[in-house]
Amino acid sequence: MSARTVRRRIASGVMTGIVAVLSFTAVLALVLILADLIAKGASSIDWAFFTKSPVPAGESGGGVANAIVGTGIVVGMAALIGLPIGIGVGLFLAEYGSGRVGFLVRFIADVLNGTPSIVIGIFAWTWMVKPVGRFSAIAGSLALAILMIPMISRTTEEMVRLVPHSLREAALALGYPRWRTSLRVVARTALGGIVTGCLVGIARVAGETAPLLFTALGNLNFTTKVTQPMQTLSLQIYVYATGPFEEWHRIAWAAALLLMAFVLILAMVARYVTRQRYGRAR
Amino acid sequence: MTTLPIEPVPAPPPSIETPSADSRWSSLRGVNASDRIYKGILTALAMTLPLLIIALFAQLFFSALPAIKRFGFSFLWTSTWDPVAEIYGAAPMIFGTLASSFIALLIAVPLALGVSIFLTEFAPRWVRQPVAFLVEMLAAIPSVVYGLWGVFVLIPFLRTYIVPPLKAVLGWTPFFQGVFYGNSLLAGGIILAIMIVPYIAAVSREVLLAVPASQREAALGMGATRWEAVWTAVLPYGRAGLIGAIILGLGRALGETMAVTMVIGNRHDISLSALQPAYTMAAAIANEFSEATTSTYQSALAEVGFILFVITILVNAFARVLIWRVARGAAVGSKAL
Repeated sequence: MSARTVRRRIASGVMTGIVAVLSFTAVLALVLILADLIAKGASSIDWAFFTKSPVPAGESGGGVANAIVGTGIVVGMAALIGLPIGIGVGLFLAEYGSGRVGFLVRFIADVLNGTPSIVIGIFAWTWMVKPVGRFSAIAGSLALAILMIPMISRTTEEMVRLVPHSLREAALALGYPRWRTSLRVVARTALGGIVTGCLVGIARVAGETAPLLFTALGNLNFTTKVTQPMQTLSLQIYVYATGPFEEWHRIAWAAALLLMAFVLILAMVARYVTRQRYGRAR
Repeated sequence: MTTLPIEPVPAPPPSIETPSADSRWSSLRGVNASDRIYKGILTALAMTLPLLIIALFAQLFFSALPAIKRFGFSFLWTSTWDPVAEIYGAAPMIFGTLASSFIALLIAVPLALGVSIFLTEFAPRWVRQPVAFLVEMLAAIPSVVYGLWGVFVLIPFLRTYIVPPLKAVLGWTPFFQGVFYGNSLLAGGIILAIMIVPYIAAVSREVLLAVPASQREAALGMGATRWEAVWTAVLPYGRAGLIGAIILGLGRALGETMAVTMVIGNRHDISLSALQPAYTMAAAIANEFSEATTSTYQSALAEVGFILFVITILVNAFARVLIWRVARGAAVGSKAL
């Protein structure tokens, strides 16, 4: 082996090492963040954390019951608006999306996916808050729904496209009209994947804060009125993390751990379901 | 065709396995009224997206119009931001947005490309899926949680371990001048970097996976080492897609709001030093919009939003075109949550 060959082999080995270290660094970042969340948040999670609303600034104790319920309501309403539209758009893209219109819609969905969520917040504020002069949970839901639609539509499309064409042929051969084939056979077969996409979308918007800042606004009291300002976990973390009190920071870490656990569990369930269904296709 | 047929081969029958969508239906069965209704409903739903993007654009533009009329182009390069005197110039936040995104790319691009090259070219098979999953999980962490972590973990760490040696070595450059109080351009850039790594990594991984095996085999067959095969054959082949992935990450960084707002310091000032507080467009909207009492103030912030919207739309569209050229319309990167 010439010296040159040795040098080239060493260079190859060194570069392999470098990219391995870089990958390790990226994973390390995740591990560090999760470890800090558990280390600083776990000890504050107790019964009161789940059942009490925040106490006045400076006092100790209190919990995030209002924020947990608020997150459920705001995200739930967003899902009610966003999921049907998103799934419909996804079905359109998978079934009729090969022409110009499909191309355009797909392109816009991808571009909207990267639009800053704070801009969507301004949009929702102008339509839902400014006219009535009051911040409201439903305005926050609208903003989150707008964020969901492009996300859900693209995952739905992908999942529907995985359905084998032979199923479609079989249904049509049995005399099913196209629309029933599409809904009862094709979409039905892809249902697991579609539900997964929806879960991921919900998890994603549950952590959103920026579009809620001037729509749902936040609320230190317990409320279920959707026309009133409402607290969410993400808003509470923001206010508490940037506030001056130790007690607030403690609860912010615990709330962050809770939110993170929720998002991670949904993401893992989603991954497990897709794996079961489609094997290791990817 | 790799073989030379002696007899002319009959043309393959119209493909039934992978026809384009419309022909997929029309070749199979006649249309009835309910089918038309079904298609109509789906088309109407699909039209919400084009309408939405037009509505966003128009609404932001009209909200910004008073400020655009009043300040004209000077809005872009003056740096006075005075709600009392009603004079607004967005130069510091435009600078801060670009600078923090630049720092983020500086850190995130080597990391993310390292991840994707390692996962597609070098890693043992059993490592690939789990590591890809863990990196993608970085995209699942909510922005506000990154911010919390940045405030209470990253900034103290920077203050103790990173900034002192950085100042000792590079303190003479304009980029590391001044006292480090914590909230700074540097902290914002680093947080952004961690946040965009999963996006760049996921997309560039799919781009590299789309590079045909024959490219690698050819290089290896010519006697290249494995790294040389990657460097001379695989990366050049996927270049457009990789650039697209990076630009997509840039788009994310430009519009990222909460984490940056919490660590960047939110100061209307242009400083070349990464150790000084700065401001971004998204952070300004997040901080000030709900407190903006006068219509001019609101309009100025809406104009900031409008600029941000137009920039990210252009950046994303450009990135998508580059990626699509490689990945042919697949929803690349959508798996990164």
